[in-house]
Amino acid sequence: MRLKLVPRDTSFDFFGHWKLWLGISAALMVLAFGSFLLQGLNYGIDFRGGTTIRTESAQPVDVGAYRDAIAPLELGDVTITEVFDPTFGPDQNVAMIRIQAQDGEEAVTAEIIENVEAALQAAVPDIKFVSVESVGPKVSGELIKTAVIAVALAIGAVLVYIWLRFEWQFALGAVAALVHDVILTIGVFSELQIKFDLAIIAALLTIVGYSLNDTVVVFDRVRENLRKYKKISLKDVLNLSINETLSRTVMTSVTTLLALISLYVLGGDVIRGFVFAMIWGVIVGTYSSVFVASTILLWLGVKRDWSKPSNTAGNQFANIDA
Amino acid sequence: MLQIDTWKRVLILLVCLAGLVLALPNAFYTRVEQSNDARAAIELGNDTPQIQAEAGAWPEWMPSSLVNLGLDLRGGAHLLAEVQVGDVYASRMDAMWPDIRDALRGERAAIGTIRRQPSDPQEIRVRISQPEGMSRAQQVLRDLARPIQTLTGAGATDIEVTAQGDEILVQLSEAEKRATDDRTVRQALEIVRRRIDEVGTREPTIQRQGADRILIQVPGIGSASELKEIIGTTAQLTFNPVVSRGTDPDARTGVGEKLIPAIDEENVFYTLEAAPVVTGEELVDAQPSFDQNGRPAVTFRFNTSGARKFGDYTRDNIGAPFAIVLDDEVISAPVIQSHIPGGSGIITGNFTIEESTNLAVLLRAGALPAGLEFLEERTIGPELGQDSIDAGKVATIVAFAAVLVFMALSYGLFGLFANLALILNIALIFGLLSTIGATLTLPGIAGIVLTVGMAVDANVLVFERIREELKTAKGPSRAIELGYEKALSAILDANITTFITAVILFALGSGPVRGFAITLGLGIVTSVFTAIFVTRLMIITWYERRRPKTIEV
Repeated sequence: MRLKLVPRDTSFDFFGHWKLWLGISAALMVLAFGSFLLQGLNYGIDFRGGTTIRTESAQPVDVGAYRDAIAPLELGDVTITEVFDPTFGPDQNVAMIRIQAQDGEEAVTAEIIENVEAALQAAVPDIKFVSVESVGPKVSGELIKTAVIAVALAIGAVLVYIWLRFEWQFALGAVAALVHDVILTIGVFSELQIKFDLAIIAALLTIVGYSLNDTVVVFDRVRENLRKYKKISLKDVLNLSINETLSRTVMTSVTTLLALISLYVLGGDVIRGFVFAMIWGVIVGTYSSVFVASTILLWLGVKRDWSKPSNTAGNQFANIDA
Repeated sequence: MLQIDTWKRVLILLVCLAGLVLALPNAFYTRVEQSNDARAAIELGNDTPQIQAEAGAWPEWMPSSLVNLGLDLRGGAHLLAEVQVGDVYASRMDAMWPDIRDALRGERAAIGTIRRQPSDPQEIRVRISQPEGMSRAQQVLRDLARPIQTLTGAGATDIEVTAQGDEILVQLSEAEKRATDDRTVRQALEIVRRRIDEVGTREPTIQRQGADRILIQVPGIGSASELKEIIGTTAQLTFNPVVSRGTDPDARTGVGEKLIPAIDEENVFYTLEAAPVVTGEELVDAQPSFDQNGRPAVTFRFNTSGARKFGDYTRDNIGAPFAIVLDDEVISAPVIQSHIPGGSGIITGNFTIEESTNLAVLLRAGALPAGLEFLEERTIGPELGQDSIDAGKVATIVAFAAVLVFMALSYGLFGLFANLALILNIALIFGLLSTIGATLTLPGIAGIVLTVGMAVDANVLVFERIREELKTAKGPSRAIELGYEKALSAILDANITTFITAVILFALGSGPVRGFAITLGLGIVTSVFTAIFVTRLMIITWYERRRPKTIEV
């Protein structure tokens, strides 16, 4: 008895309400963007500068006491949060303390860290500082720049690659889906105020990669079917292609999600934000390859005469033999 | 039809086997690491039975490369320092002032009296009382300029002289500044490396980043401030008078004297006067060169006060040896040949060219050439790293198991083939990571987990395709063949695009992000390999043996 998530033959109509789906996506993107503008991201020190100290103690974390201990140092904006995680032992009480970058300081100031550590030590004698990270505003500014460049470059490179391997309409569709995924991910991070740091940029780029993976598989089938069925309307070809690849789409998403969810639950709190971004990205990416990329392809239209394979139409790999 | 040449089969099997063997040491991480450390210790001549036993814990003929654990997994400190290259301009200008003064004084008739004006420490401003002599003054100072070699062409000199009203402005030229910056950063890098090597921690990373930055990562060190103390200490360089030279490590020393070993001769000890004549803080430059007989030597230059002290001492002690001492070791003890008045001198000895170059580096490396400003510092405690490893391990195993079960349930026998390939895939990733000496970070583990999820994608594509082809094609063998053939372009396109993002991440990312890019990129390569070669080999071998009339995927 086989496990089947998708029946053997499906014929869903994915474009019956394509205006609705595109509308929903557009509305979500506007929402995400609005949230980003209004609330902004909860930048980690990588992008904002400042210091985070992770403490561990056998005593339960008393955020008020920590705050009182640090307050006399007058360090401006100090955030103290207790961290909970199922992987912690019974005597592991963890807190994260974030201190803003001090005015007029380009670099990291060691004295501040020492003072904070001393103050906390006085308040909670058995406290341990399991990690201390400090980033100067000079570097954090550059990190933002590199991050933006990285995402833009990735999307640009993909645009070119798909354009070369398919047609420009495919490339636009794929990139629209990518932009959609990236904006929605940033929106979720701004709405839920999850810490946004360098690792999240890595996650964003992976989402770009994953979403693309999905889109390309669908497009590959579209290309094949366009050659095979010259008389069927584009809408039906797209529907057929998506239905044919549906089983694979679901299988791959489920296996990837299985892996990611186990990492989310068991992988510890340090990478939870990172894994969350990826889980979200897999879901959004799967959705967008059907409802954004393909819909835009339908909307833009595509050349129908694929009978003469041009050198850009890609089956130059197709004869590789094991 | 379904066929794979024998040599291809052998090649595929060999690659898999190599991957497994190379990955194996990681399964016994602590044991192999101890054994590697012990071997390194034996190499250094530290040979005890216990170390021998540790070295023997892992057989020598086995591969022993391990995956490096990143700071976030092992714990340690990370520093990003910016070298304050501007500091050097100021000291260069200071050192140049006596020359400028003397040159201008020689032209008193034309330019009148001179007076140095307060200015930015990176430049020198001189007011002359007879502005009509300005062009003469400029000419004199330009004669002081030395040509420098640049890539852009000849004609560049090290200083720029400009007139502003009755003031002359002397500063380093842009080309010289660039050259100086480069030298300064390289010196700083060298010093930092020497300092950290001296402490002897495991596998530190010391890299230049961009024009003026140094990235320092030291695993296993307690905290970033500890690390800063190590690299912040300047090497102590002194020039001391030599009282005597001997071979007795317990030789008696008089009051105000100390016994110091020679750096490159065994069992040679110098008794020195403890008070140095001059210290390295007063050294401005040291360069490898040759003496008048063409033997390798090192020239050096002191700043003004150092030059005076050194000049006085050499005048009074011609024929006596004096010792150049670095961190309580005598680098060399040359004999003073003549009075050295100008603050520059030459160290001769039994040097090879290489030795003289090293000595010049050491002399320059004595003190950090410029201040370091720390832009980024991170300390990760070893407990946190261990917690992350443990959590990562559990998560990976659970993820792995979930995917294996899911695949087996969905595709039956073919699912088992895919699962075998998946296990091999992980082994190949670890094999590759250890071979290229890549660093595994926490996001890197996430990259592996993601690969586990995505690696099955290529197989899924093929299996789904075989299912489809079974509906229309003539028989199982044809369906399998078509399945692989038709899924290939999708597999390659999908993986190449993901690979592009991995490459971009690698190029632009740093630290943990780069670790993620590496595992993701390698994971893509190995998963494509296992999907289109390994599972295919398994399926075809199975098909050849069984010759089933129908297959169920």
